[in-house]
Amino acid sequence: MAEFLQQLINGISLGSVYALIALGYTMVYGIIRLINFAHGEVYMLGAIFGYYAITTLKLPFFAALALAMVLCAGLGVIMERIAYKPLRNAPRVAALMTAVGLSLFFQNFTIYSIGASPKAFPKMQQINWSFMGATVSNGQVLILFTAIALMIILHFIVQKTKMGKAMRAVSFDQDAAKLMGINVDNTISFTFAIGSALAAAGGVLVGQYYGVVQPLMGTLPGLKAFVAAVLGGIGIIPGAMIGGLILGVAESTISAIGYSTFRDAVAFAILIGILILKPAGILGKNVREKV
Amino acid sequence: MLKVEDLNVFYGAIHAIKGISLEVAEGQIVTLIGANGAGKTTTLRTISGLNRAKSGQISFKGKPINTLPAQDIMAMGISQVPEGRRVFANMTVLENLELGAYLRKDKSGIKKDMDHVFEKFPRLLERIKQQAGTLSGGEQQMLAMGRALMSRPKLLLLDEPSMGLAPLLVQGIFSIIKELNQEGTTILLVEQNAHMALSIAHQAYVLETGKIVLSGDAKELASRPEISEAYLGGAVGH
Repeated sequence: MAEFLQQLINGISLGSVYALIALGYTMVYGIIRLINFAHGEVYMLGAIFGYYAITTLKLPFFAALALAMVLCAGLGVIMERIAYKPLRNAPRVAALMTAVGLSLFFQNFTIYSIGASPKAFPKMQQINWSFMGATVSNGQVLILFTAIALMIILHFIVQKTKMGKAMRAVSFDQDAAKLMGINVDNTISFTFAIGSALAAAGGVLVGQYYGVVQPLMGTLPGLKAFVAAVLGGIGIIPGAMIGGLILGVAESTISAIGYSTFRDAVAFAILIGILILKPAGILGKNVREKV
Repeated sequence: MLKVEDLNVFYGAIHAIKGISLEVAEGQIVTLIGANGAGKTTTLRTISGLNRAKSGQISFKGKPINTLPAQDIMAMGISQVPEGRRVFANMTVLENLELGAYLRKDKSGIKKDMDHVFEKFPRLLERIKQQAGTLSGGEQQMLAMGRALMSRPKLLLLDEPSMGLAPLLVQGIFSIIKELNQEGTTILLVEQNAHMALSIAHQAYVLETGKIVLSGDAKELASRPEISEAYLGGAVGH
């Protein structure tokens, strides 16, 4: 029982990071039907920015988190304007290829700029609490609470603010949104900004938790968060949160029962499973595509 | 108020609008009638800035608008109720109406206009918290019109408001269009239901495969035999 609880705690803290990254995938997909495969690299850059903010600028943790989020938000907007906007009316595969290209560009540019070797992210003094036989670290609590706080803020922005309403309108029907006087380009930029900021937060939290950042750290979490987004139902915001948590718990359960070598395989097994059983995802509705 | 001159619009290689010109005077209801595929919707979409003209000029109150982005055209006072209503089905009736007032900042004015919309369409008030996707076709048409009115438009573009509605509802929608016009909104009405459209319009244009083939006073056009045969089923005068 205690062992199960322990894995649940580990899984939830890991899963909330997947959820943060998955939100960016799903929001961008929701608004321009693009899987932004460079999103994992935004997460990586967030971690790197956070690293320099703490080590070079000597910023406290939350200030570093905020700075990394702002920088990545800006990066997300620039990425959209330069790489994706010119392809808005091009076939979808062109934008997808561009995303893969961007991802490789960010990885290699980062390696070129700061070297490929891992950097030690300063960890905070670890404190452990025991909770019904399981151990909870302050790092895990930090991840969980920061993730929850950010998701609450996101929910408020999407549901209550004017920009959030514009986002929902554009993702539902771009032409109708234009007829309301909504500036579609700005709304798309805003979506990229928010998604990228959330990924950056995930990066900084993970950097702090594992104590290491490096230029290729975004690849696998990026892919897994993509799986989480598909699992929950791509384009659906609560789906990304649910998908992320399920994936996190599934991964730590697999390691707990002794198959830790298959840890990374879990996500892809889930992906295959969901594509066979319910391609629209847990919260998605099955829509027949007209041919 | 609105002047379209020698407008040409293409969809790829297809020449959809072939040099049409039309004019909407302030305070009038002008209707654009024609068969399916004649280019009526394309004309409205081009006026609203959703499609781009290859050549020609569209001006509103003397200012050219054909190169402006859609949101600026909306901001000048041209609002459109699109074909098929296009309400935001995933949002509530209230949120749809709020989006109609997206560019406005005068809270008290917005509140007043929303009350006015509910006066015109009491059904929307009953359904205010309901998702727009759960409304009936007629209610969605009311919502789409209410949403367009929330911007307090000077010129209202209506694209097939009668489409898919029961005859009784069509009557109701048309009497509201007439009311709106009497209250001071200029209207450009696109319709396949030529009989209804001509009965409330001042001026009319007949569009056929991208060209205007007839135009003039709506009452006068309604009585012409070629119109009654082609668009009114030959029913006028019987």
